[in-house]
Amino acid sequence: MNPVRLIYSEDFLHYRFNDSHPFNNKRLKLTLDLIRSFHLLDENAILAPRLATDQELTRVHDRDYIAMVKEADSGQVSCNQLQKYGLDTQDNPVFPGMHTTSALIAGGTLAAAEEVMSGRAEHTLNLSGGLHHALRGKASGFCIYNDASVAIAHIREKYGARVLYIDTDAHHGDGVQWSFYGDPDVLTLSIHETGRYLFPGTGNLYERGHDHGLGTSINIPLDAFTEDASWLDAFRKTVPRTVDRFRPDVILSQHGCDAHHYDPLTHLSTTMKIYREVPQIIHELAHKYCNGRWIAVGGGGYDIWRVVPRAWTYLWAEMTGQPLAEERIPQTWIDQWQTFSPVSLPKTLHDPEGSFQPIPRRSEITQKNQLTVQQALRLIDLVNSHIDG
Amino acid sequence: MLVEEIMHSKIYSVTPCTSIQEALKQMKKHHVRHLPVIDGDQLVGLVTDRDLRSASPSTLAPKELQELLKRPVSEIMVAPAITVHPLDFLEDAARLLYENRIGCLPVLKGDRLVGILTETDILHRLMEIFGVNHPSQHVEVEVEDQIGILAQVANIFSDHRVNINSVLVEGNPAKGKINLVFRVQAKDLSKIVRDINRAGHRVLWPQHLSGPNQGEMT
Ligand SMILES: [Zn+2]
Ligand SMILES: [Zn+2]
Repeated sequence: MNPVRLIYSEDFLHYRFNDSHPFNNKRLKLTLDLIRSFHLLDENAILAPRLATDQELTRVHDRDYIAMVKEADSGQVSCNQLQKYGLDTQDNPVFPGMHTTSALIAGGTLAAAEEVMSGRAEHTLNLSGGLHHALRGKASGFCIYNDASVAIAHIREKYGARVLYIDTDAHHGDGVQWSFYGDPDVLTLSIHETGRYLFPGTGNLYERGHDHGLGTSINIPLDAFTEDASWLDAFRKTVPRTVDRFRPDVILSQHGCDAHHYDPLTHLSTTMKIYREVPQIIHELAHKYCNGRWIAVGGGGYDIWRVVPRAWTYLWAEMTGQPLAEERIPQTWIDQWQTFSPVSLPKTLHDPEGSFQPIPRRSEITQKNQLTVQQALRLIDLVNSHIDG
Repeated sequence: MLVEEIMHSKIYSVTPCTSIQEALKQMKKHHVRHLPVIDGDQLVGLVTDRDLRSASPSTLAPKELQELLKRPVSEIMVAPAITVHPLDFLEDAARLLYENRIGCLPVLKGDRLVGILTETDILHRLMEIFGVNHPSQHVEVEVEDQIGILAQVANIFSDHRVNINSVLVEGNPAKGKINLVFRVQAKDLSKIVRDINRAGHRVLWPQHLSGPNQGEMT
């Protein structure tokens, strides 16, 4: 059996906008440490990323934008110029080495894709990837280069494979959706909190793709405060059916974990349960439909102490065929990190029953989501209907 | 915002003697729900898919239906149609649509038909006014109804280098209060919410049910 690879470098930690910015890649350190404390990481499985080349970046980004990202930290560019490209804003301040670190992350997802497509690895994971908001010519929502789009464009060009992109971040995967909005061979599916109030505002059911790509953009916007049962119901009903209709050659999944109750940036109210089950389902689908070809990336996740390490430990455990159930967290990990954490660290990988108060208006929210799922299913059933004969 | 800025200048039309059947076909072909009726270069009326459908009820026997479909649109068109001028304000056009419960307004310059404005066009423009056409999110603040208050709150956004896509001022049931509804280009609102509350205003959204704010995590 081909190995499973983790793409990682300490340099990923330089993706840091400033000290008070919510995007903090220290979470990668916390996560790897937790994975190691469960003895789930064979050090030979780690593969260093490379830098994405300009040529690879220009498949999904404008040249002038890349030039601006390279220049941004020189101190020679005016704020007005930077702001035209979404930079020097609260969300995306300029930081030293911004181009190099961002290109390294994109290169990490490219390496992850290349390992899988070449057959050298069965599954690969780049936890620093999943920067799904970056647009063709603009930084957006803490994302500079859209690593998933860069990798998908590479797979399209070099292998001509059909790619299914699954995005379970609480925010809509807008950047990736727009990158392939007209491409019938890339289907983007995003399950997220409705954009009515939340950033970036898009991700409506009716955003279905255009021209030849009509029908290959699927969106499932869930109501604010959605909990596990309703969230999982939406995922279980839509994702396997989409895979069955679209018949991808490879799956690239984004595993932002900001839909958790603890996350400070969104209003979804799920628990660790979804972060255990989502990788299981995708793993099974990858083997059933794609000969195992599965590339996974990280994404959002702003409770870096209580949510991200646990969610991504479940993910890696599943990918490497050593799935974890409801387990106690090794005391060594807690001892090592508790002094640095502003919150009390969890004792178990899962959130024990009763960890959170049930939300008000649960039945209304569940009903509303059911309706959304029904409408999405009608659109999913249209995928590939033209080749049904 | 003027009518001429959002109206459609490409117009599909019929004449008074066009058959109902043909008019239905034209609507389907061009994906429209209204057709102006033109005699020479004069606008004489408007037909809508609703009128056409109610003129050809499905309860009729096939033969009667065939007969009916051959009749001219002049028999069922709305005449005279309610119209607007290209330089009319959008909000006035919207009020006409609403008060007359109609879905479409022909745009006349003198006698000449120069455009068509539909309900959908106005809704689309409304989406832009709400600011949902850029990556952004919703912030709602209850403030005192007094001079300069909008500038005060807007300044907090600019202090945080956050661009505002749109702002609406809405009524508030409480006396002396109004609500400011923003759409802003920011994914992280925590510091902005903190500073708006500190300045003595009350942020109504975003709100978190997840308990105490965790503060800035390091
Ligand atoms: Zn997110
Ligand atoms: Zn496997």
